[in-house]
Amino acid sequence: MAGTLRSVQFRREREAGWRRLEELVGRAEKKGLKALSADELFELPQLYRGSLSGLSVARSISLDANVVEYMESLCARAYFVIYAGRQAATKPIQTFFLHRLPSVIRRAWLEIAVAALITLLGTVAGYSLTMQNSNWFYTFVSSQMAQGRSPEASTEDLKAVIDGSKKTTTTPLEIFAVALFAHNAQIGMFAFALGFAFGIPTVWLLFVNGTTLGAFLGLYASRGLGLELGGWLLIHGSTELFAVILCGGAGLAIARSFVFPSLMGRLESLAESGQRAATIVIGAVMMFLVAGLLEGFARQLVSDTTTRYAIACGMLVLWLGYFTLIGRGASNAPVQAQES
Amino acid sequence: MRLFKRKNPKPPVRRGPSGRVARDLVTPEGVALTIQLADIGERAGALMLDLFFMAVAMVAMTIGIIVFGGVIRSPFAAMVGAILLMFLLRSFYFTLFEIRWQGQTPGKRIMHLLVINRSGGRLTTDAILARNLMREVEIFLPLSLLGLAGAAGGSAGWTVLSAIVWVGILVLLPFFNRDKLRAGDLIAGTIVVHKPKALLVADLAGAEARGVEPRAAQPRYHFTQAQLDVYGIYELQTLESLLRRGKLGGSENLVVVAERIARKIKWTGNEFRTDSFNFLNDYYVALRSRLEGQMLMGRRRESKHDAA
Repeated sequence: MAGTLRSVQFRREREAGWRRLEELVGRAEKKGLKALSADELFELPQLYRGSLSGLSVARSISLDANVVEYMESLCARAYFVIYAGRQAATKPIQTFFLHRLPSVIRRAWLEIAVAALITLLGTVAGYSLTMQNSNWFYTFVSSQMAQGRSPEASTEDLKAVIDGSKKTTTTPLEIFAVALFAHNAQIGMFAFALGFAFGIPTVWLLFVNGTTLGAFLGLYASRGLGLELGGWLLIHGSTELFAVILCGGAGLAIARSFVFPSLMGRLESLAESGQRAATIVIGAVMMFLVAGLLEGFARQLVSDTTTRYAIACGMLVLWLGYFTLIGRGASNAPVQAQES
Repeated sequence: MRLFKRKNPKPPVRRGPSGRVARDLVTPEGVALTIQLADIGERAGALMLDLFFMAVAMVAMTIGIIVFGGVIRSPFAAMVGAILLMFLLRSFYFTLFEIRWQGQTPGKRIMHLLVINRSGGRLTTDAILARNLMREVEIFLPLSLLGLAGAAGGSAGWTVLSAIVWVGILVLLPFFNRDKLRAGDLIAGTIVVHKPKALLVADLAGAEARGVEPRAAQPRYHFTQAQLDVYGIYELQTLESLLRRGKLGGSENLVVVAERIARKIKWTGNEFRTDSFNFLNDYYVALRSRLEGQMLMGRRRESKHDAA
């Protein structure tokens, strides 16, 4: 009588397939799908579907708790191996730079514009206050950051910093550049991550960043050195500020999808915008690398103000052109596929 | 799941066999798989392991850089390498491992955890980036705040305190939602699950279980329908786990249970006291056959309290 139990018969017929799937999945878990041969890769989804239908049958006819539990775990493991793995793209780096990054940045243009506006407001505030009363400078710029460039310093000293005749730091250029890159990139990631707090810290960070810039401009402008400082700052600043604004825009995009979710609902919309924002941040990290190189090398090597402005404008045009023109049209299909 | 308004009353939390919270995930084939969510303790353990590995890597790198700098006689180049490597390690340790190892880091692998897409699709590189960039405020900000709180007294104290409260809320976020999502999981649409590993053992109703020839597997005890209608599925599966454990030794329990069942079903005869394993196994097979038969007719008797 025992032998005629349906669930026993069912298991006897299917067990070989389950064991085979378990073996393949076990190997793929340890060494990745590369450990499987072409035939085995072909076999895997078939065995998986068979086991999945087996699970449905087992749930409805078998009361053997061990079999049902085993099937649940086997199917989940196979599912993880087959579906839950990372999406493998063809030419991932090329797709990222030529389609994904610029198109994602274009989609967040409103948040990026708002981030730029906040930075501008901060700069104007810092500039006008410092112009009125140079004591405001100390409010916006810490002494550690000023490195002697304060209202107390003589105009000659201030000038010496920007034309490169006086070194602000004794560390060699390479270290300076790399340390700046790492520091700025982390600030950028911060601006992104803080978007989670409804964007309030992001707005604050962007504004403060603007006031510091404005305070320096105000100090130098009050000594008639505004134009020279502009060149000194913007040679890397056009890239660096742009990257900070992109990160801020990414943070604001997260906040926006959380406070004003789309039709998908709050969590889904947060997840979707979070992934896009992360893409922007990775783009910005690479911009910080470029900015660090410009700041560490180009600024110290090029001391002519006109050339500095030319490099600054050139970089800005380059970035704007890249983000607005590249990957239009044909980009839609792969981007949609990645986001789904 | 909604964060702010909940239209429907909260369904009860389901728990899997191991006590972890269970959640249904519908595969593209349309079958609902039961997924076990990772415990907060397991995730904290995996994080500790990963931070430990990072610390070890940093020490190893520092030593390597010092040696390397000495060999190439350029301490500056070594410094550049050190700063870059530290930055990469801090910002991309989790990201690179989760990309290379299909959603696992060394710590997660040891704890049998896995990151998957919450809605059942593929795990994208963007999602991995998003969930790990968030660690800047979830791990590294609290760490630097601790240092700041130690250094700053007085005026900066309030700023630091409010920042600590905010970060505290962020860090404790997994305790306050059903899917145990941290902020990074929220913005990436991911979920951390436990990788199941159940073994298939011999069927108690099959001949192999008793280690005898199929011909000899005929039951020694026969039960009437009334005797089988005493119990339901819950009791059947409790008996199953008892028999599986009983086969490994410890037969005193079997005698006690056999006596109780015999009393309950009004079994006449005494031989089950010395032969309790076979008695219980035969009862198990007969009961399962009866309950599975009922199931085919569309009736599931969950426990002895359900009507037969």
